[in-house]
Amino acid sequence: MRSNALLFAIPLLPLAGAVWNAVFGRRLARETVAFVGCGVVGIAFALALVAFVGVAGGRGDVVHVAPGFSWIVAGNFAIEVRLLFDNLSSVMTLVVTGVSFLIHVYSVGYMAHDAGFARYFTYLNLFVFAMLMLVLGDSLPVMFVGWEGVGLCSYLLIGFWFEDDAKASAGKKAFITNRVGDAGFLLAIFYIGWVFAQAAPDRSFSLSYGELKANAAALAPHATVIALLLFVGAIGKSAQLPLYFWLPDAMAGPTPVSALIHAATMVTAGVYMVARLGFLYALSPVASSVVAGVGAVTAFFAATIAVTQTDIKKVLAFSTVSQLGFMFLGVGVMAYSAGIFHLMTHAFFKACLFLGAGSVIHAMSGEQDIRKMGGLWSKVPRTAKTFFVATLAIAGLPFLSGWVSKDEILDAAFHSTLPGAKIFFGVALATAGLTAFYMFRLFFIVFTGKPSHEAEHAHESPPSMTVPLIVLAALSVVGGGFFPGLLPIGKFLGEAHPPSFSESLPPMLMALGVGAAGFFVAYKLYWGGPSPTALRLATAWEKVATASREQWYVDHALGRFVPRVVMVTGFMLWRLVDFFLIDVVILGGASAFAHGIGHLARLAQNGQVQRYATTFIIGIAVLLLFFLRCRS
Amino acid sequence: MNPFTPAYLSAPNSPLLSVLVFLPLIGAALLMLFPRNETRTIRGFALVVSLIVLAVSLVLIVRYAPAAGSVFAFKQRIDWLPVVGAVYHLGVDGVALSLVVLTTLLTPIVILAAFSQITDRVREYMISMLVLEAGMLGALCALDLVVFFIFWELMLVPMYFLIGVWGGDRRHYAAVKFVLFTVAGSVLMLLAMLYLYFETGARSFDLAVLLGKDAIAPGKQWLPFLAFALAFAIKVPMVPVHTWLPDAHTEAPTGGSVILAGVLLKMGVYGFYRFAMPLMPDAARAAAPALAALAVVGVVYGALLAMAQRDLKKLVAYSSVSHLGFVMLGLVALEPKAVTGAALQMINHGLSTGALFLIVGLLYERTHTRKLSDYGGLFKVTPAIAVVFLITVLSSAALPGMNGFVGEFLILSGSFASTGIPAIQAWTGVATIGVVLGAAYLLIAYQRTMFGPVNEKVASLRDLAPREIVYMAPLLVLFFAIGVFPRPVLSRLEPSVKVFTALVEKRSRIVAAATPGSTVRLGAPSVVPPRPTLQVQPIPTPNLAAPNLLQRVPRPTFAPAQPPSPITRPPSPKAEERR
Amino acid sequence: MVPNEQILGLAAVLFAVGAIGFVARRNVLIVLMSVELMLNASNLALVGYGRLRAALDGHVFAFLVIAVAAAEAAVGLAIVIAVYRRRRTANLDEVKTLRN
Repeated sequence: MRSNALLFAIPLLPLAGAVWNAVFGRRLARETVAFVGCGVVGIAFALALVAFVGVAGGRGDVVHVAPGFSWIVAGNFAIEVRLLFDNLSSVMTLVVTGVSFLIHVYSVGYMAHDAGFARYFTYLNLFVFAMLMLVLGDSLPVMFVGWEGVGLCSYLLIGFWFEDDAKASAGKKAFITNRVGDAGFLLAIFYIGWVFAQAAPDRSFSLSYGELKANAAALAPHATVIALLLFVGAIGKSAQLPLYFWLPDAMAGPTPVSALIHAATMVTAGVYMVARLGFLYALSPVASSVVAGVGAVTAFFAATIAVTQTDIKKVLAFSTVSQLGFMFLGVGVMAYSAGIFHLMTHAFFKACLFLGAGSVIHAMSGEQDIRKMGGLWSKVPRTAKTFFVATLAIAGLPFLSGWVSKDEILDAAFHSTLPGAKIFFGVALATAGLTAFYMFRLFFIVFTGKPSHEAEHAHESPPSMTVPLIVLAALSVVGGGFFPGLLPIGKFLGEAHPPSFSESLPPMLMALGVGAAGFFVAYKLYWGGPSPTALRLATAWEKVATASREQWYVDHALGRFVPRVVMVTGFMLWRLVDFFLIDVVILGGASAFAHGIGHLARLAQNGQVQRYATTFIIGIAVLLLFFLRCRS
Repeated sequence: MNPFTPAYLSAPNSPLLSVLVFLPLIGAALLMLFPRNETRTIRGFALVVSLIVLAVSLVLIVRYAPAAGSVFAFKQRIDWLPVVGAVYHLGVDGVALSLVVLTTLLTPIVILAAFSQITDRVREYMISMLVLEAGMLGALCALDLVVFFIFWELMLVPMYFLIGVWGGDRRHYAAVKFVLFTVAGSVLMLLAMLYLYFETGARSFDLAVLLGKDAIAPGKQWLPFLAFALAFAIKVPMVPVHTWLPDAHTEAPTGGSVILAGVLLKMGVYGFYRFAMPLMPDAARAAAPALAALAVVGVVYGALLAMAQRDLKKLVAYSSVSHLGFVMLGLVALEPKAVTGAALQMINHGLSTGALFLIVGLLYERTHTRKLSDYGGLFKVTPAIAVVFLITVLSSAALPGMNGFVGEFLILSGSFASTGIPAIQAWTGVATIGVVLGAAYLLIAYQRTMFGPVNEKVASLRDLAPREIVYMAPLLVLFFAIGVFPRPVLSRLEPSVKVFTALVEKRSRIVAAATPGSTVRLGAPSVVPPRPTLQVQPIPTPNLAAPNLLQRVPRPTFAPAQPPSPITRPPSPKAEERR
Repeated sequence: MVPNEQILGLAAVLFAVGAIGFVARRNVLIVLMSVELMLNASNLALVGYGRLRAALDGHVFAFLVIAVAAAEAAVGLAIVIAVYRRRRTANLDEVKTLRN
């Protein structure tokens, strides 16, 4: 373990960039803003690379720790802000800073004409800071800082064009839904603190990962509850069932944001967290099984929705939800390296797809409906080619990055002994076929056939946008070789025994088979635009298609109905309990009682002096009689 | 006899607190001499007075160094009304001191804010503010029930005028409601004070004397505790005696709302902390489950109602109900983390809700409307206000890295680990829902005002003026400072909090058997004698935890001869195993 | 010598007449005169008892009452005149409120 305070520079540089652009951005030229915004992330990436070489050079045994400062110290908590740069966080840091840098560069072109240019880069830099805190933080509370920080940036960026109420609402929906998950995360922290307090009342705790690991024995009896509470947090952040519904709406933000936050980095935080706390999940087969199950079901569920979407970004959004499900399946069956591996490759090809989509939208002057596209292959050649490569990668063409990582997950699920793992494998296999289908459906509709009327005037994007696309496409191709080839990722991330080739052959072949089938169906139905068969099918199965397009009405129930119920409850409580019961009935009753007594007393006070005198005289007489009676 | 009064009396007097408390009163008296229409001079003078008070309170922070075995400093004790046993007795511990500084910080801010907001009867407004400040400071420093009661009532009068004279359209209703609620509580409190006076046999209102005695019989604690609890619960306010708050908050002028939310509500919590719970520990512990339940109900209920509001100020008012629910939950959990969090959250709430009310005031000053539907798109029109509002909203929604998070995190984590309340984990879970709802209503308010298309009613608002930046800036800086480096604040709060929890637990006659492990964490060296770990060693001053509270010098002479007192709990076998 | 019983009896009768007049009559002046009647009845009683006890204090009190009665009559008549000027009436039933 090496102490290295320089580690703080990695997250703090983007923070400095954010502060700089927030304070001075409005008065500076766009070039300066862009230079600072991209520059700080670029330097952070370079620093991460240097640190990574340090870690990897030591073959994964050297861990950098940045000594921090005491943060929350009270009772038996002594929480420190400290950074940890080990194998897992080094991979994550590289992905985050690397992809962020590319997307920052892309954004310079994409947002070139936006009035909120400086504000955009402020938010984006702030996001990188929060994400790095999430990844590098050495304890659950510090991870939570990043965890909520990225949620905030996501909120700000989804609602970036705040003048559109729908977009602002989408941001709010994302933040609140995330908060539901965060409540679970917090309760898990509290639970751990409680268990620790019972186990060792005299000690104080920092809740760092090392400490959790060292006290795993104390946590073991409670592992299921804690792991599931933490997973609630992951469900919220990583858009799994039943809290997935904010992610499709989050596409209201600028497209580079969708690529960075809602595909490559933030939404994968849940996967990172489960992998980071793998030792805890390993203690509870039930919790692991739940993780895997939720992942598999979400993967399939989202894929069935993606097949009918008509908005290019929505297709990719549901694809992201689906791929995140794959990752959770991976970490659920305790193949943590496979999950993280898929997280990385997914960051490459999904960022490429989103940026490609952004380029297409840019070319179509803001149009996102794929039914109005078509034949764009010749219009935006560089975008189309990179999009094609990324589609191949996600669909699982052998030897591309997506194939390698997805195969590892399927393989792990196939061989897992967890309860229900076989079923999850089957579900995931079907999802793999659906993935190939909906991705090629998207690709064929957008890029093949004759250019539609709207697509006539499409033009290729500037180099600042296409260069990141090409880099990401290249990474989508070779990303799979990165770790198995250059570095044994399984060993790097501490995996025990990679299965032998003959054992992994059956799941691999099955995956290839369904992938090919998916591609073939898509080719038949959508090459050159929707074929008559496709349209006939859509009419014949209209109810199903509508239900799929409407997300099987889950969003209606959870994303729209529940908030409304909460609002109405609040309103009813206000009018009925606060106003009617307490103010009108109880307080009004009390004051009416006082008023009534006053009224009675007022009857005597009628202002007639002689009535007073009569009362007075009678009173005197009564008193006299009374006293005289007493005397005698 | 009370064993520690002589030691206490030997403590050196410090006049600083009296200076602090009476400076605003002197300032107010001098203000009366000013000609009514010299508004500029009057404003300037009031500001200077409040700044001097702030400076004095900063001196207090710097010089706060309680002697070993005590958490109090700057004590002043003068025989005042020996006939009734009332003593002019002031002193602050860490919690009171931080609330004192909160008060002295918020007062100049609201005076500065009033420069443009109050144009009618300026002199009277400033006098009210200064008298109010004196009342708050006095109540916070008081260590005698009569002195506390006097200052408690002193706060009421200027607040009544602030609401009733400078308030909104329904100001008379709101002012009368406020006074009636508070006075109803005060009357009960007065009776409870008299009950204690006679029942303890102390014939004194001095907290030092009362705490020096053993707590009265548990069965007899209920009456005074309920009376105190009701008086303080009204002030907090806890559901269901909270309905004065939305009206008072909404109708009060900005400065009134800020002070009301920032400090006055804390007086209720502080009353529990300083008087009700230590004086009636058994009743307090027996009532803790009910109070915790009410607090959690308040958290959720306040948040739900805040969500339903159409009036920005009312929304903030109901958010106070929710936030103070957290604070009360932390206090009654009687766990060091939770109580520390509650103490910190009192400050946080004062800062962030104060800032929210200031922002509402800024907007109201420009638009003369509080209705959410009259706003929209201000992020474009007034970006500086929007940014300030955003930061304040995030602080109030307890975003990590901001002050609110530290408080809520400690409260909830502490109450989760609390041992005195059945099913506290479930209650904490419900309270955590309040965190979600908190984000919801704040973001709803933010979206309605700042996002969306620009409402033409507000299309030409002017952005922040330099003076407005000046008074918002300290609050914003403190949000981040406390959020990132809460250490200096926590380290001042925690020793006092530990004394408080020890006081409630050790004075309680219900032996701590019901709460295994509860005394374990109380063994802070500066607070109580080492906990009775093993019976073989002689236990120094076994049941003197309470007296030690106000004692400057530990009294070792007392200890060795004393056998272990029956009320000290022998260590439970479970605790032994764990070690 | 007049027997004490008769003096006290006369005082009682006078007082009763005054009291009834005070309660039953509506004209302010008559009411005031009734008040005087009651005061003088009590004076008579004071003097009577003073004689009975062969002490002077009863007589002294009677003088005090006479002085107070004079003052009361002066103030009372002034108020009556003021009220009459404002309201053009000396009927007590019509003077119910202190306002106006």
